[in-house]
Amino acid sequence: MSSREKILQAVKSSQPDQRPLPQLQFELYNTTDAPTAFANVLSTIGGAAHFVNSYNEIEDIIRAEYTHAKRIISVCGEIKTGEAINSDIDPHLLEDVDLAIIKAHFGVAENAALWVTDALIPERVLPFITQQLAVIVKKEDIVFTMHQAYERVGDADYGFATFIAGPSKTADIEQSLVLGAHGPKTMHVFII
Amino acid sequence: MNYGDKDHASLAEKFNVDEPRVNWHDETLWWVRVKRDKAAKSLPEWELLRETASQIKNNVLSNLSEYLIQFEKEATKNGITVHWAADAKEHNEIVHSLLQKNGITQMVKSKSMLTEECHLNEYLQQQGIEVIDTDLGECIVQMRKEAPSHIVLPAIHLKKQDVSDTFHEHLHTEKGNYDPQFLTHAARLHLREKFLTRKLALTGVNFAIAETGEFVVCTNEGNADMGAHLADIHIACMGIEKLLPQRKHLSVFLRLLARSATGQPITTYSSHFKKPRKGQEMHVVLVDNGRSVQLGRKDFRNSLKCIRCAACFNTCPVYRRSGGHSYHTAIAGPIGAILAPNLDMKQYADLPFASTLCGSCSNVCPVKIDIHDQLYKWRQVLMKEGYGSTVKKMGMKGMTFTLSHPGVYRFAGSAGRWVLRNTPFIVNNKLNTWYKQRDMPEPPKESFGEWYKKNRK
Repeated sequence: MSSREKILQAVKSSQPDQRPLPQLQFELYNTTDAPTAFANVLSTIGGAAHFVNSYNEIEDIIRAEYTHAKRIISVCGEIKTGEAINSDIDPHLLEDVDLAIIKAHFGVAENAALWVTDALIPERVLPFITQQLAVIVKKEDIVFTMHQAYERVGDADYGFATFIAGPSKTADIEQSLVLGAHGPKTMHVFII
Repeated sequence: MNYGDKDHASLAEKFNVDEPRVNWHDETLWWVRVKRDKAAKSLPEWELLRETASQIKNNVLSNLSEYLIQFEKEATKNGITVHWAADAKEHNEIVHSLLQKNGITQMVKSKSMLTEECHLNEYLQQQGIEVIDTDLGECIVQMRKEAPSHIVLPAIHLKKQDVSDTFHEHLHTEKGNYDPQFLTHAARLHLREKFLTRKLALTGVNFAIAETGEFVVCTNEGNADMGAHLADIHIACMGIEKLLPQRKHLSVFLRLLARSATGQPITTYSSHFKKPRKGQEMHVVLVDNGRSVQLGRKDFRNSLKCIRCAACFNTCPVYRRSGGHSYHTAIAGPIGAILAPNLDMKQYADLPFASTLCGSCSNVCPVKIDIHDQLYKWRQVLMKEGYGSTVKKMGMKGMTFTLSHPGVYRFAGSAGRWVLRNTPFIVNNKLNTWYKQRDMPEPPKESFGEWYKKNRK
């Protein structure tokens, strides 16, 4: 008997009687100002939010904010700063990226997480390998809780998707918080 | 890490030698517990979330064989290769065979308590494979040839001076530089080179979805993603209990996990792996290793609901003062003490006794595992099966005799009070284990029975 059969048989004979799945019924905070709540939470997890009215405004902030960035990659059509990349690039060649500018499908106010799928990034490693990350999200695309978030995701098909909440961080040395463990050291979110 | 045949009490004694360090450990973990409380209290629906998560997990356990088949089918459709491992040995061999098949001798690994449970690193090293742990805490303990002492904070037993010395030795950082920022940066540079050059990355799995065949990996550092997205082969190893029925159920668990673990609203990255990227191979190893046995133990099956947040560690008065290594198993703390005896009753018979049964662990558990009840039940199973220590057996017999003979009971009480008053040196010495780290109490003048006789009018 294969291990597969052995495990399935053992599990089947051990599992208890059928228990029903519960309903997911949670407060959705629909009256809350989600973009403001999002910005507040983001500031507590090491990120920074900018409320902007146009893509031009974002370009201005990027030019002022990232003066030391040598290699900038933008995978957002409206942002002309930086180079564009296509999807057949060897991910290892992104090793020296200083700033990546990407879009998110939506944000979640309760935890300042942004949902990004591989439809928005030509290489999966881009938002992780870059030294600094800038993400653009539409104001109307910020929901309040994770329940609304997964309602939005629905049964979407993707190869890879991730929630990103703030810069990469660690507190493994004496619980001292350090931003920039392996991924980006900073994260700016532009709410347009 | 080899603990010999030492038990929790003797290993805890070793940890307790350095009192200021124990106090630091105790206070730091309590601080994490306080952060958890603050995060939990910020959500009025916290208790509803816990109850819902608990019910979802009950459903998972009651349908596990069906969900496993569904997950396999969907994952395979997505282009993921699914493997089944009945025990630790088979798990290790599957990982090794994938390395061999591709002629790979070096790999990176992000945090996976399952691979600790299976002793994968030791096994692969014996086969000549170099494994680099990429979580900062795990990387530190790996350099020191230690095991993680906490499932979320692997190096919590160390001070920055220890880390500095270790990095000086292995990474040639400046001696005496204790700055966490500096030390973290040194590790970042060291590990970035590994991410860029290793062809195979292994990750753990926080949740896997039966409905869609995808799996989710949560990290703060981004190390799982750096490894997986740069490697040609990604292997994800998971215990069979990690399944959730549907994608939408992640909303409940992602709201609970980080808040319970560190007090963060969510981990920095919650990555959903559904299909391999172009040209990449993706494998999932489903591991039983005793889980189907635990599922069959009615009193203990709830332990399989665990999502490895470590809230029970941080709140436990015994864990905080004895340290993770005193549990001599991959998963320490209260949850480890109810998981380990399932794997080996004899070797881990001491662990369910390493608790005050105060119940704090059950109160903070995000999936409502009755941890302290299970600790109490394991004690009964272990004593009945003959795994209790001789001292405990003798003590219990003595107590049974004394408590069932009123004359003996009264005599023992007055003799004890007389000894404490007149010849305290008989009990205030090293032979009395109760006296260690404690003062003996002031003896009362009379027993309650004597007082009652005089005052009952």
